[in-house]
Amino acid sequence: MGKAAFRVSVEGSDKVITCLADETLLKAMARQGISNIPVGCRNGGCGVCKIRVTKGEYETGKMSIKHVTQVERDDGYALACKAFPKSDLTVTVKNEE
Amino acid sequence: MALNGVLRPGFVQVRVLDMAEAIVHYRDRIGLTLVSTESDGRVYMKAYDEFDRHSIVLRECDEAGLDLMAFKVCSEASLDDFATKLAAGGYEVTTVAAGEQPGVGRRISFVAPTGHRFDLYAEIELSDNGPMTNNPDVSQLDPQGMKAIRFDHCLLYGGDIDGTKKVFEEILGFSVSEMVVDDDTGMIIALFLTCSNKAHDLALVRHEEDGKLHHVSFLVEDWSSIGAAADIITRYDVSRDIGPTRHGITRGMTIYFFDPSGNRNEVFAGGYHYYPDNPLRVWKASSVGKAIFYYERELNDRFMTVVT
Ligand code: FES
Ligand SMILES: [Fe+2]
Repeated sequence: MGKAAFRVSVEGSDKVITCLADETLLKAMARQGISNIPVGCRNGGCGVCKIRVTKGEYETGKMSIKHVTQVERDDGYALACKAFPKSDLTVTVKNEE
Repeated sequence: MALNGVLRPGFVQVRVLDMAEAIVHYRDRIGLTLVSTESDGRVYMKAYDEFDRHSIVLRECDEAGLDLMAFKVCSEASLDDFATKLAAGGYEVTTVAAGEQPGVGRRISFVAPTGHRFDLYAEIELSDNGPMTNNPDVSQLDPQGMKAIRFDHCLLYGGDIDGTKKVFEEILGFSVSEMVVDDDTGMIIALFLTCSNKAHDLALVRHEEDGKLHHVSFLVEDWSSIGAAADIITRYDVSRDIGPTRHGITRGMTIYFFDPSGNRNEVFAGGYHYYPDNPLRVWKASSVGKAIFYYERELNDRFMTVVT
């Protein structure tokens, strides 16, 4: 059996990508040619990879509070480099809003 | 040149999101020695070739970035002199009591126009693990990881770099070794300040947001050490920014990477020696690619936009 993988729809792009359960959304997006998401520190500190998850379940590692406040976290905002899918997802890249 | 006043970058206090991960990174990858963990949670580290007790202070926080950069000055009298001159220059100077960091004497502290906090101090305990002084071997402890020799400099981003330039040149006695200016207006975009024989001890880049950290840099021995660092970066899946490459500015050989909290680090080797009578080296912004990354001859977006 292969590793668990989820489908991620990126709003504003017609692509649906695959993200492994142990892969960050940023890595999955960069790997599959979603080019409007900037790749910065990859470690939750710089904030350039901010996204909003509009549908689905996910979990996150430690993220700089400066870039995603608690209120934003409750509202689906996350740093893609620290976000792991728990179900199929729909996400919006912040730059595209 | 006799080195007086400000001697060198002494230590930085960096905010990290996860202390356990930060310790693995700074100790096992970069190769620093863990000196102590204190009751307030701060972790103190040093590089193998530094005499002083510590040079890197890690503080766990929910936001990455730089708390402060501190310079060591030559004497308590010099510290008082700088306090007087900073106050006369309109800066609010606060005193940090001896012992606020273990082994460190009284500090004076001010916030520069770019929003960065700088501290000065004259006294710090010597390390038991520093370089040997009696029939000295090349190292006392076996260098580990990337074999960082010392904490060397920081590059900081902020708005009023002209203001920070002024306080470092006119009050703290630094010189500008090199800078990048706008082709048309001559506005300074980046500047490299030295208080020593090094090509830079502090660098600044103009940026819309104040108080930002671009990188904390460690010296390594030579070009092959940069390659060995690159091997470690891949072997342990450390987030790499760019390199191995070379800077046109300072001519240092370099690799940039990120700590587990997104703070950028550099290990670098080489670069020219600076003397205070050297003419200023100037790059036009139209050549900034070569100035920053001499081999690529172009900037990556990350260099200008990704900071903590
Ligand atoms: S890339 Fe820096 S926070 Fe995600
Ligand atoms: Fe540097």
